[in-house]
Parts: sequence; C-alpha cells; structure tokens
Amino acid sequence: MKYLIIMQIDPAVLESLTEAQGREIEAGHGRFMEEITRTGEMIGTQALADPSRSAVVSVRNGATTVTDGPFVEAKEYMGGFYVVDVETPERAYELAAMIPDAAIEGLAIEVRPVVFTSGFGLTEPEAS
Amino acid sequence: MSDRALEDLLRRCAPQVLGVLVARYRQFDLCEDAVQEALLAAATGWPESGVPEEPVGWLVTVARRRLTDLWRSDSARRRREEAAAIDPGEAVDLEAPAVDDSLEMLLLCVHPDLTEASRIALTLRAVGGLTTAEIARAFLVPEATMAQRISRAKATIEAGGAVFTLPDDVRTERLAAALHVLYLIFNEGYTASAGPGLTRVDLSAEAIRLTRMLHRLLPDDGEVAGLLVLMLLTDARRRARTDADGRMIALAEQDRSRWDHAAIGDATALLERTLVRRRVGPYQLQAAIAAVHAEAPTDADTDWRQIEILYRLLEECTDNPVVTLNRAVAVGMAYGPERGLEVLDRVAGDERLARHHRPDAVRAHLLDRLGEHEQAREHYRRAARATLNLAEKRYLEDRARRAGSAATPPPDDDLGA
Repeated sequence: MKYLIIMQIDPAVLESLTEAQGREIEAGHGRFMEEITRTGEMIGTQALADPSRSAVVSVRNGATTVTDGPFVEAKEYMGGFYVVDVETPERAYELAAMIPDAAIEGLAIEVRPVVFTSGFGLTEPEAS
Repeated sequence: MSDRALEDLLRRCAPQVLGVLVARYRQFDLCEDAVQEALLAAATGWPESGVPEEPVGWLVTVARRRLTDLWRSDSARRRREEAAAIDPGEAVDLEAPAVDDSLEMLLLCVHPDLTEASRIALTLRAVGGLTTAEIARAFLVPEATMAQRISRAKATIEAGGAVFTLPDDVRTERLAAALHVLYLIFNEGYTASAGPGLTRVDLSAEAIRLTRMLHRLLPDDGEVAGLLVLMLLTDARRRARTDADGRMIALAEQDRSRWDHAAIGDATALLERTLVRRRVGPYQLQAAIAAVHAEAPTDADTDWRQIEILYRLLEECTDNPVVTLNRAVAVGMAYGPERGLEVLDRVAGDERLARHHRPDAVRAHLLDRLGEHEQAREHYRRAARATLNLAEKRYLEDRARRAGSAATPPPDDDLGA
C-alpha cells in the first residue's frame, strides 16, 4: 500500500533553527532516503518552494484568473513529501518517525493513504 | 508457435530450470539471475531456431553457462572459492530433469524471513518467470524499487541457506504461506483500481496459473484445490462485475448470464471431488461459499442459510473478524436484519476493524433493510470515506444516494476474509 508522507512546515520554526540543526535535518533526510531505497520502499520524493511562490488559478465563466500566493493563508504549509510503498500502516508510521522533522516542535509529519496512482513512469503509456 | 504459447512454455519451465540449478549449485541469487537470462535468450532465439526438443534441458544448459560467466565476473572471494569447487561447465545433459522442483522453489520464495511484499515479488519472478519490469508495473512501483526488493529478498534467502529438503512441520507452514501469497496475488489483480489496466500483467490469471501448477504437483491437498476453486469461481464472475463505464456491480445485481458457466461447472466439480475426501480448511470453505452463490440462478434463490453455516465453520478455523462481518450479512439475509445486527454488534468493537470501512458498509445495509434509511445513508457515507478502493467508494456513495428508494442488495463478501 502506498502512502504520502507530508512534511508540514512552519517557516518561522525553520528559521529559528541553528545552522547545525539545519545541517542535521538535511543529513537526516539523506539517511532516510538511503534507507527506504535500500529496503525497496521508496517511490519518490519532492520538496516544494516557499508558498510565496505559489499561485492560485481559477476559471469563472470561461475567464482564467491567476492570483499570487497560497490558497489558504496559514502558518504551516506543505513543504514536501515522500511517496512510499509499504506493507502496513504501522510501517508507514514507523518510516514517518524516522524523518528528522518529526522530532522538531512546530513541524509535523502527516501520513495519508494513496488510492490512485498513474504516471511517474510507473505505468506504460498506452500505445498510440 | 505463437508469442503467447512461447511465453507460457517458458514460464512453465522457469521454476523447473531454477530447481535444477539450485539443487546443484545452491546459490539461489546467482542461479535465479542466470535463469532469467536463459529465458531471455530463449524468448529471442526460439522464434527463429524453433523450440528445442527438451526445452528445460536447453534452458538448464544455457543458464549454467551464464552462471559460469556470473561466477567469473564476481569478484567476491567467497564466491570464487565456491565456484572453484563446482564447475558448472561440466558435461551437459540435455535431458529433462528427473524431478520437478517447482514446488520446492515456491516454498523457498515464501521464506519466513521475507516480508509479504517480498514473497509476492520473488514468487512472481522465480516461480512465475515474470521480469522485474513486469512485476514493477503490476504493482505500480518504479522498476528500481522492485529490483531492490527482489535482490534483497534473494540475499535474505541465501543468508538463511537455500535449503529445500524441509522437515514436515516446516513444509506444512511454508505451504500455508505459499497459498496465502497466491491468494494475495489473485486479490491484487481482482481489486486493482489504479492506473491504465491495458499493459499491466493480469495478476489474477497469473495466480490461477501458479495455483493450477501447485494443484498438479499436490493433487491430494484439499486446501490447494480449495484455493484454486475459490479463484476460478471468483474469476468466472469477472465479466459481470463491472458495467460499461467500469463501475462496480454488486454480486446481487450482476447479470448472471454473463458469468462463465463452463468455468463454474469445472470448478464446482473439482470442489465436490475434494470436499468428499478431505479435512476441510479455510480455502475450501470460502470456495464452498462461492459455490453456493454460483449455484443460485438468481440472487433471490441464494441459499443464505447454507452460507451462514459455512461462515460459522470458517469462524471456527480462522481468527478474523472480517469473517464475522460476512456472517452478519448472511444472518441478515437468512433470518432478518435484526439478527444480522446482533452478530455485527458482537464484532464491531474489535480493534482490528477500527479503521476498516466494512463494519459501516454492513451496518448500512442492515439498517436500510430495517427501514432506517437516514441512519443507513450516514453509515454508507462513512464507509465510502474510509475505503481505500475507488471503485468501492463510488459504489458506496451510490448506495447512500439510493438508500430507501431501491432494493438493498447485500454487500459482497469480503475477499480479504
């Protein structure tokens, strides 16, 4: 079963970390990626830019509007994610606990099951 | 020979060839790689050269040569030393092996040190003869991820020593594990809802093929036969299971003329032959339940009392609360929804069902039949939110909309029982 492991980030918390802490988090993610690659559980991961780089696109009566900024103004936002393929929900939680962010007050790791997957090179495109 | 026939032949040979190599050289990991390469050589060469008289013998020969190459290129000292002790280039016999070790290979692939996902992947590759790329696509994971899973699994087996003369009690356990793996492969194919289906390997068909092989090797094992019958009966309903838009149709509402009645006849005949003679186990009971459904010309003819009895027997031999949920449905159909709710209440608090959508789906159905349509709607919606299967989610949402206004067919038996 596939799970999306979401890194919920608070920029203020991240900015308050010391340089050494920052480096340790980076190294921790490196170790985490190595581990889940070794176990054959890694599907992929992506880190996202700051929400100030987000734009909300909406179409009303056929007209498209693009508004700068995130959809929801919040203190926390999605900073990135891992997709893993694991045997049980418990294993997904175990992996989530290995991510360094999980140990930092003010940051959160959220785990949610995936119910549909296509693309990412996981399926062959239909012959055209 | 058609591509399809060639592929079938090669995949039938795969575990036999591997059996010969592992019996002689032990190194499961390298032997398995060598077999895959021999299969590839055959797949490209045979269409031109023709199929050799002894395909297994041919494949063994080529795999052994390949093994020599692998040994030579392997820099690990340990392996060099072992390679020196046995020379796979020794005189080649092009005869078919005297014993078929396919069963031993299957029992090796379900080694207790492996996770379930690894057992499934390794079984499909080493016994099913599928390539890593095919298995990766079937499970929608990157090929590199699947390759890593398989190579770890092989290393684990090798670390434990690829022994395949197992003591009887271990053998019994391994066979049960193998049946479970085949059951999971079948279910994965049966319930798959993700991705474009066209280019995916048909895992249900593959599970049936491997279970048939197992039944051929162990014709007297009632549980092997039971699992095969369960798969065949479930698969016989495949065409009636979805509508033109791919939406799920519950068993009770299926057009039974679209069932594969020839397959149902063969499967029930096999079930009758095995039930008469042998101690009954969980797969035979599930097969018997599927057979009761298959025998009913219309849903209204279903013998729910019989199904209820079979679920009670199944409860006695497994400790799985999902079985009790299925029984609650059967009790509701046979003796009325109040009685069904009583059974449901007994198991609803079970921790193992805490995040499961099915208690709500069963409750919704029973309440709907009691005339409590508002409550039924609420439970259908809750079930729809909780399920991880998109087809089922749509189905349950539809049920919520129709609560009180239409017939209330029982939810399908959960194959995860």
